Amino acid sequence: MLELRRLNAGYGRAQVLFDFELALGAGEVVALLGRNGAGKSTALKTVMGLLQAVSGEVRFENKSIKNLPSYQIARHGLGYVPEERRIFADLTIAENLEVGRRPPRDGAPHWTPEKLFDLFPNLGRMQARRGGHMSGGEQQMLAIARTLMGNPSAILLDEPFEGLAPLIVESVAATIRELKREGLSVLLCEQNLRYARLVADRVCIIEKGRLCHAGSMSELDTNPSLLQRYLSV
Amino acid sequence: MSSSSVLIQFLNGLAGASSLFMVAAGLSLIFGVTRVVNFAHGSLYMLGMYLAVWLAERVGFWAAVPLAAVAVGVIGALAEISVLRRIYKAPELLQLLATFALLLLIKDFALWAWGPEDMLGPRAPGFTGAVEIAGGAFPQYDLLLIILGPVVLGFLYLVLKKTRWGILVRAATEDREMAGALGVNQRWLFTGVFALGALLAGLGGALQIPREPASLNIDLSVISDAFVVVVIGGLGSIPGAFLAALLIAEAKAFCIGLGYSQATLVIEFVIMAAVLVVRPWGLLGRMPVLARPGTAEPPFARPSLRLRWTLAIVAAALALLPVVSGGYTLVLLTDMLIFALFAASLHFIMGPGGMYSFGHAAYFGLGAYAAGMLVLREKFPMELALALAPFAAGFAALVFGWFCVRLSGVYSAMLTLAFAQIAWSAVFQWDALTGGSNGMVGVWPAPWLSSKPAYYFLTLLVCASGIIFLWRMIYSPFGHALRAARDSPLRAEASGIDVRATQWEAFAIAGLAAGVAGALYAFSKGSISPEALGIQRSVDGLVMVMLGGIQTLSGPVWGAALFTWLQDAAARNVDYWRAATGIVILALVLVLPRGVGSLLQARQ
Repeated sequence: MLELRRLNAGYGRAQVLFDFELALGAGEVVALLGRNGAGKSTALKTVMGLLQAVSGEVRFENKSIKNLPSYQIARHGLGYVPEERRIFADLTIAENLEVGRRPPRDGAPHWTPEKLFDLFPNLGRMQARRGGHMSGGEQQMLAIARTLMGNPSAILLDEPFEGLAPLIVESVAATIRELKREGLSVLLCEQNLRYARLVADRVCIIEKGRLCHAGSMSELDTNPSLLQRYLSV
Repeated sequence: MSSSSVLIQFLNGLAGASSLFMVAAGLSLIFGVTRVVNFAHGSLYMLGMYLAVWLAERVGFWAAVPLAAVAVGVIGALAEISVLRRIYKAPELLQLLATFALLLLIKDFALWAWGPEDMLGPRAPGFTGAVEIAGGAFPQYDLLLIILGPVVLGFLYLVLKKTRWGILVRAATEDREMAGALGVNQRWLFTGVFALGALLAGLGGALQIPREPASLNIDLSVISDAFVVVVIGGLGSIPGAFLAALLIAEAKAFCIGLGYSQATLVIEFVIMAAVLVVRPWGLLGRMPVLARPGTAEPPFARPSLRLRWTLAIVAAALALLPVVSGGYTLVLLTDMLIFALFAASLHFIMGPGGMYSFGHAAYFGLGAYAAGMLVLREKFPMELALALAPFAAGFAALVFGWFCVRLSGVYSAMLTLAFAQIAWSAVFQWDALTGGSNGMVGVWPAPWLSSKPAYYFLTLLVCASGIIFLWRMIYSPFGHALRAARDSPLRAEASGIDVRATQWEAFAIAGLAAGVAGALYAFSKGSISPEALGIQRSVDGLVMVMLGGIQTLSGPVWGAALFTWLQDAAARNVDYWRAATGIVILALVLVLPRGVGSLLQARQ
């Protein structure tokens, strides 16, 4: 589905990713785990065309999407929910969804505002509210819903649980599991193993811009030394 | 003033506001989405006027107005596709310069197509009469304009609120990167917005033809008015543009109604000052979410030994030159020296200061006029006039600078142009004091300086000292503070630098130096005309600095010499000098953004 090969990228002269590798299979939920500053967000931004890759390859559904303009990547069916959510504060909820709307795509679930309001009943109740006047949890829901309006076959979630109350965390996790049932592939960044455990089938661990472990969730549980090495602070 | 004439003045103001609103709304819309301030927006308005007059003779007034508006919209789209699209990621300054170049190109196009004479438009069929309102006659057409302003406002509101396109425009205005990540193709959105903005400017111009003739000077007066309107209303806010256009137009109408037509220029200032003090981002504007981070430039290198020797040899050669050469060469060299100081003073603001000055000729011209007035009206000796005149320019720079340092980036760029335009109109209109369009003649140097070599030596001495003074300033503690304020305003503030005061001081110093150049210029020519502070002179300065490279020390000197020589060699042979300058600027912006100097550096 999505494959990153020997990817080198960063901000100007400051290189962040070094020969970074990652693969996301169809219908899979993969958690990209790593400490603050390890390069998680940079990886997602580079995939999305928001940062230029210096070298390497990014393939999505067997086509190269490396360094395409981000609108074309989105139109290929790759959705992106940034860490800061970036809701259009001046636009209402309904208008935020409209910005994300794209025509239906073969092989991906087709979303309408009605369907999304079933998934996120909260949003349905306040369609005319401005994005700027919402709580963090509501904004996270809206950010996911807005991306789904593009009918993606895979989505990238950058720390979707950050700053959310425990109850909301559970509901966002339920949403991600629901998306998996709908057939979407999900790649999410996470610092917190507990949260990753809620949704992920597999984990990749990134440190200092390099992939240093990839395996199943259960493997991580049976091999505590991995946790010790890469994730403990 | 009776109550009926109050009402009539009020209606006059409303009628004047309509066209102003349309231009300002277009400007605001374009800036909101593309983050480019379109200096050529007044030119699109002017183009709308000319096209409407030209078309009205062929297809009649009512068909001509929409046709002209649409044509201007198409021209705007073409300009976006061919020029602006390439520079959205370029530094702000280059974007401003590119639209500035468009302004010059359009002006010369209009000159070529319709000639230098004003073109009177027809009256609007069906709206030629007047209606009686409160005992006074009021033109029917003006009533129509009063209605059209709010109609356009309502139309824009509907487009932006109710259509998908409008929603995408608003989303891109807020966060265009995120809109792109959601699959929105910004290219066509930008082109569309530019076309709509241009169409609005064209419509504003076309609707104005029954009220005033199309003329080549209208572009600058409209753009400076529009700048003032968006600064007052808040850049990016369309209702703000409407409100501010009303405010300005009403204030002007009442000034004229009360018999103080000269006060119309001042009243804009007063309103703007009042608004900026209370609400620095305009009436309905919002504080920019992301404070623009400073543009960290590589530090100015200490002048290398080679550069010092080069400069010393050049100075020595210049000092010896009158021995071997005379006449015309000396005149040309005198010009070069004066413009080198002028360019160095502009460079001082733009390079180390990191600020904009799109109206630097104002200080040059005020220095020249002050020198002329002191000699001719006050009968001061020439030497004293030369010494005092720059302070007039410095004073103006203090006043203008007060506003400019309070605004960031594009806002202050717009203000500098607006101020220069206001200074130009003041000089142009104030016949009794300045001689109006004829200017002043008989501004000659004292007898001991009247020979060409003598005046050349004086210029060499004064300009070289001025330039060295400015260069020394760059490396002084003050210069370091100024550069710190440019590179990182917040950090500079946090380490105890009063950023505003420092920048304000820099403005005044640069104004003073430009004034010295202006005064020298006045005495070298013996006469002064309003062109001394016209927009063309400001453009010349910008091109000189650009040619030399903004972040180099000696760049402005080489740039000024090269440009003055080119102008001297080519101006006599090229009819459309402005358009030629425009093309040079575009070429510099698109091909050589770091100046000719960068070519030499790259080779080293």
